[in-house]
Amino acid sequence: MSSLFTAEGLGGLLFLFIVAVTLAGGLIATNSVRLPRAVSGLALCLIGVAGLYYYLSSPFLAAMEILIYVGAVCVTIVFAIMLADPCDEKRPGRQNALSAALSFGVAGLLVWGLVLLATTTMWPAPAVKINEGSVKVIGESLLTTYSMVFELISVVLLMAIIGALALARVGRDKQ
Amino acid sequence: MRILSLGNTLETYLVIAALLFGLGIYGLLNRRTLIGLLISAELLLSGASLNFMAFGRFLAPDPTTGQVFTLFIMGIAAAEAAIALSIIIAVYRNYKSIDTEDLEELQG
Repeated sequence: MSSLFTAEGLGGLLFLFIVAVTLAGGLIATNSVRLPRAVSGLALCLIGVAGLYYYLSSPFLAAMEILIYVGAVCVTIVFAIMLADPCDEKRPGRQNALSAALSFGVAGLLVWGLVLLATTTMWPAPAVKINEGSVKVIGESLLTTYSMVFELISVVLLMAIIGALALARVGRDKQ
Repeated sequence: MRILSLGNTLETYLVIAALLFGLGIYGLLNRRTLIGLLISAELLLSGASLNFMAFGRFLAPDPTTGQVFTLFIMGIAAAEAAIALSIIIAVYRNYKSIDTEDLEELQG
């Protein structure tokens, strides 16, 4: 039982605000017609997710979320919008109300099932925590337990860079 | 004031992650441009990684597992975004459009 004017109470209030920011950003990202607005909504949503990571006692992941998603992925999407010039708003009335309702129904069913599953399951708490999950422990486990995956993801990123260059180069000298 | 301690329960995070996942599915089915689809896919991935973080924080004996998995999801998402955006640019060069309804060359 914590009152509003204690550290826990203010933290809880901030948590509710972050949840609201996340969901509002997600709604903007999926429902706005103009793509720059959708990208801004995505950035807002990902900042909110970074705040949730902070509440999950992982400030390192929160910083990485903002650095990689907001700083790199969103900016790259903005560059692609500038290069490709999508004209979503030029042809209105094409948006089928039936398809919107159907996709809302499918997504709603999925969310309903997941929420039901999450709230009715008895989640067993772990008997003991073997470490505190700090940045030092993450770094050590990245270079010992998960070193193979670490190397593999470097290879994947290298292949992505080369593949992106090769794909974007095709067809440039045709015009 | 039970609502102020919502940040300390696993179910809150699972519900938020489910909502993000549902928003992503809704966007994937409803969007008409390729960039809109990519934005929805990012929402799907962040919902999934929020689930991993919540389970790693509340249920796993080793709290680093969830964080390391989320780091790998971030790396895969960055690679996916780079590849998808270069495909979108290449499609735009060939079709002068990134609307999913204009890309119908394989449609019988």
